[in-house]
Amino acid sequence: MLRIILTRLLAALPNLVGVVVITFILTRALPGDPAAYFAGAAATEEAIAQVRAQLGLDKPLLEQFFRYVGSLAQGDMGLSLTTGQPVLQELLARLPASLEMVLLALVLACAVALPLGVLAATRPGSWIDQLCRVLTTAGVSLPTFFTGLLLAYVFYFLLGWAPSPLGRLDPMFSPPPQFTGLYLIDAAIAGDGALWWASFKQLILPVVTMAIFVLAPIARMTRASMLSVLSADFIRTARASGLSAGTVLVTYGLRNALLPVVTTLGMVFSFMLGSSVIVEKVFGWPGVGSYAIDALTASDYAPVQGFVLAMGILFVLLNLLVDVLYGLIDPRVAVSS
Amino acid sequence: MNETLKHTKHVLSENPVTLLAAGMFLAFVLMALFGPSLVPYDPLASDATAALQAPSGAHWFGTDALGRDIFSRVVVATRLDLGIAVSAVAVSFVFGMPLGLAAGFFGGWWDRIVTRVSDTIMAFPLFVLAMGIVAALGNTVGNIVLATAIINLPFYVRVARAEANVRRGAGWIEAARLAGNGDARILAVHLFPNSLPPAMVQVSLNMGWAILNAAGLSFIGLGVRPPTPEWGILVAEGAQFIVSGEWWVSFFPGAVLMLAVFTFNLLGDALRDIFDPRRRT
Repeated sequence: MLRIILTRLLAALPNLVGVVVITFILTRALPGDPAAYFAGAAATEEAIAQVRAQLGLDKPLLEQFFRYVGSLAQGDMGLSLTTGQPVLQELLARLPASLEMVLLALVLACAVALPLGVLAATRPGSWIDQLCRVLTTAGVSLPTFFTGLLLAYVFYFLLGWAPSPLGRLDPMFSPPPQFTGLYLIDAAIAGDGALWWASFKQLILPVVTMAIFVLAPIARMTRASMLSVLSADFIRTARASGLSAGTVLVTYGLRNALLPVVTTLGMVFSFMLGSSVIVEKVFGWPGVGSYAIDALTASDYAPVQGFVLAMGILFVLLNLLVDVLYGLIDPRVAVSS
Repeated sequence: MNETLKHTKHVLSENPVTLLAAGMFLAFVLMALFGPSLVPYDPLASDATAALQAPSGAHWFGTDALGRDIFSRVVVATRLDLGIAVSAVAVSFVFGMPLGLAAGFFGGWWDRIVTRVSDTIMAFPLFVLAMGIVAALGNTVGNIVLATAIINLPFYVRVARAEANVRRGAGWIEAARLAGNGDARILAVHLFPNSLPPAMVQVSLNMGWAILNAAGLSFIGLGVRPPTPEWGILVAEGAQFIVSGEWWVSFFPGAVLMLAVFTFNLLGDALRDIFDPRRRT
């Protein structure tokens, strides 16, 4: 088991290096002269030269790269110009908000998409199959910002069911004492029911918005792979042996059909991390995405670069997790590696 | 050819939605071509007396906070949005196909480099990478096109590489070589046309995604700048009015954007059914 994880880790290493290289290229591709930019608008020639030497921009590119990697290894992603805080610290403080939303959205999307895909595959051509088809095509066509605003309009303005779609918590409440940074868990630890309910209500709209977007690829893949598994010989044999319909469908069918679904999770994560930026902007969610957008509007580049790097690393790690998970679900993969 | 026609007819009759998608595609193309000369109002002309009016006979989609006609703005935006998507997809096609074909055909270190680069691009959440590229290169429409092209590049590289890899040992390639064709000519004249069907499916599926991506970037304030009408910006401009009930400012641009993406996705599915029935899902 440990050996599998280690080999996967090694295989993920080139991607990690690639992510760092690309982020480095992006930091050096800033419009104009970065030294002049960091020195400020009123800087003299000498001041700019000084900043250039200080940032190491007068060194050869390769040396600059190793300095960059060196400072990253020490957790140094630079300072945010607008807040004056280290970027890493600010990213870490805001990461739980984003993770809470993304993880819940993933759970919700799977909870809807898996049964939908299975039902559609067992009754091809039926109304539920058509529904699945429409939902999957519409789901990927919906711009997340459009869905989000539409949901906010219907459930906040028209029906008044949802709380004001701004932020993680109603201003009436103060956040729970921090253990994990996930409000739902922290509020549960603190034993504060009202607080839990308040943060849950804030979560519903952003989570549903995101789930609608990523539901499509999961449902589509589940349906396709369920269809091919259900037509296999071993399913026919299982049926002929008199196993109950449920056992055939879940133990024999779904367990095998899940493999390709797990593979598509990589793409799903890419979708989610990307769309979380937009969803955070729509709902004023104080996560890493809205941090990056605020920095962008203020032409503050260090946080944006830190954000891109952090998302790249997070994505590589998530893919690693998917790989390991795949090995666990399908012992054949583990044997062959 | 006759077979393909028959199959196309079968696919169309099987799924009438495809015909609808083709009709909508035509409508969008006409809007992009003739929109600016057809709209009832100047998309940039503000009118303080008519601010934030609900949809009516005079203003089909209502007016925004500056009294600009939203219908005119949405229609005029079509050219820019489709333009960005078409150029981005064209750039990734033009660069991705040769790179991928060469990688699959020659193999070796060239293959390794191309595959590594496209894997590295795919190692990012793609929208985030596009954000980073536009932020680094500067906030212009050209850079939106470039960023969208870069994040789509790996898909073309993969399609072309797979096609070339399967075919490079085929008898007719050997025959072409014996007839005196060089590598470049074999790639351009023999392998390229054969890899077109899957590539065209990719183009169509990519178009919808490119539109979404460009609109998403403008929504968060990258690329196209106000007051230029663009679907993502139009939705962003209306976002603050959603909570006070002026839904039409965001709704119509968002709905048209959604229809455009939907159209391209449906067309992509139909193309796949026509060219590659085995990949039907």
